[in-house]
Amino acid sequence: MSDRPSNGHGATLAEKVLARASGLEEVSPGQIVEGTVDLAMMHEQGAQTVAPFHQMGAVKVWDPDRVVIAIDHWVPASTEGAAVLHRILRKFAAETGLPHFYDVGRHGICHQILAENGWVVPGDLAVGTDSHTNMLGAMGAVATGIGPTEMAAVLALGRLWLKVPPTIQVHVQGSFGTGVTAKDLVLRILGEVKTTGATYKAVEFTGPTVERLSMPERFTICNMTTEMGAKTGIVGPDGTTQEYLAKIAKHPMHPMTSDRDARYERTVEIDVGGMPPMVACPYSPDNVRPLPDVVKEHVTIDQAFLGSCTNARIEDLREGAALMKGRKVAPGVRFIVSPASTPIYDQCLHEGIIETFTEAGAVFTNSSCSACFGGNMGILAPDEVCASSSNRNFPGRMGAKDARIYLMSPAAVVASAVRGEVADPRELI
Amino acid sequence: MQAVIEGRVWTLGADVDTDQIISGKYLTIIDPNELKKHVFEIALPEFAKEARAGDIIIADENFGCGSSREHAPQAMRALGVGAVVADSFARIFFRNAINLGIPTVEARGVRALFEKGDTARIEMAAGRVTNLRTGASVTFPPLPKHLLDLLEAGGLVEKVRRELAARSPAGGAP
Repeated sequence: MSDRPSNGHGATLAEKVLARASGLEEVSPGQIVEGTVDLAMMHEQGAQTVAPFHQMGAVKVWDPDRVVIAIDHWVPASTEGAAVLHRILRKFAAETGLPHFYDVGRHGICHQILAENGWVVPGDLAVGTDSHTNMLGAMGAVATGIGPTEMAAVLALGRLWLKVPPTIQVHVQGSFGTGVTAKDLVLRILGEVKTTGATYKAVEFTGPTVERLSMPERFTICNMTTEMGAKTGIVGPDGTTQEYLAKIAKHPMHPMTSDRDARYERTVEIDVGGMPPMVACPYSPDNVRPLPDVVKEHVTIDQAFLGSCTNARIEDLREGAALMKGRKVAPGVRFIVSPASTPIYDQCLHEGIIETFTEAGAVFTNSSCSACFGGNMGILAPDEVCASSSNRNFPGRMGAKDARIYLMSPAAVVASAVRGEVADPRELI
Repeated sequence: MQAVIEGRVWTLGADVDTDQIISGKYLTIIDPNELKKHVFEIALPEFAKEARAGDIIIADENFGCGSSREHAPQAMRALGVGAVVADSFARIFFRNAINLGIPTVEARGVRALFEKGDTARIEMAAGRVTNLRTGASVTFPPLPKHLLDLLEAGGLVEKVRRELAARSPAGGAP
């Protein structure tokens, strides 16, 4: 490859990861490459992988140690249909010898399972049968969602075709004010980039503010790059990444960062100094407004939801519990709290967080996707309103098609549950 | 895949997400013939009953955004949808539809040319979509060879089946 003409400029992190995955010295946006997969993840949608896998004539999974199954949408199974999906996956895992199955009792939201067990590390190409697989790009990886038929091909071959995405740089500086979080940052970015602004592209977060973000905060911002249409969110790995993965990384790391002269398709500059909390109003995650403006409109809520792969880690629940302590859920409001994994549930039990929420009148559920997707629990009736820490507010997302979902930070969800209307957490701090 | 596809048109707006194509409450259904009863229940409720094999869906920007659920294109395939054309697609929907062998065409400006019930002609290799009622047309960059081959094979299952069979002539697995 030494005689290949150079691009004449540096490479972005996403380009470097895909060059490594495809065994090439360098790649350019638009180029179609065959990438070797470092980690493949399936949840219940993986049940639809089994039939095409057999139809392809495949028998063996390319590398059982690179496959994780984590059921999360209906845990424990809440319908006969869900029970069948789980059984199909258990049978498939047994038949093909897949040892890494996070079944009921060890369960958690698939992306959190990958994160907290170190299944995705810097330099990886990771794919999962869920659109929010983008979250794992926070490790300095390219992590993206695929459908179950494509997953069948990955299980059979260990690779897939990808079009190398151009990268949008989101450069963030400034310090968060009190009560303002990484969720508010990503909502603000969505308000600028919009739901189609990063379609097929990588979104790389850079700048001093991003360098100061913890891994859970990086997971939150990379998670919602899915709502921008992106192929992956990505953050250059640094000491924070290394420290998070030091004891848990499941395979060798290949940390890379964007070159100084990397070519970004565009750069979005954000200064979070003085930024208020943000909220995405119905019916799109990019319908973003400053939270105080919406608070003035006195939007009464029927339900509040603190959960989802975006914001249900221990840090989110601690922050929520600190605000909840000594307060009550407003009459007429159903407040659902669902941790992102079973270890987080255990930690909440240990720290008294569960008691704080249940004493206040909230429902604290086992770990699952819970109310986020409108197919298991916490379903909204027609015209109902929900304040949610999740990632989508499309029509019908949590139940009735005209139910209205306001997306916000965990702290704002707690404030709204207490006030009975969309509220600013800074009023409770 | 036919080189030229013609069919009756159904139109949809912008940002039709997968929740509007197949609602979350149906995600435990695996049988495509059951799924097809619920396709577009939120975005286009009459579609599931009235759609005929060969019908073409023409949508505005960002069609199929949202979740990775393959239930959405699976239900369309079960109904015999002949092609899906949009001003732009969300990436996972696009991949899923191509992988299932559904001709999927991104043609800027296409939605504005059509009304429900029109007849569309799609020339895959030339890269042109024409409204046979009005004569208006738009061009699009033809799909790369890699994807045309995938459609030609009838989808990813068949393509991988051939690849695995070629590796192991006895028909066994790798």
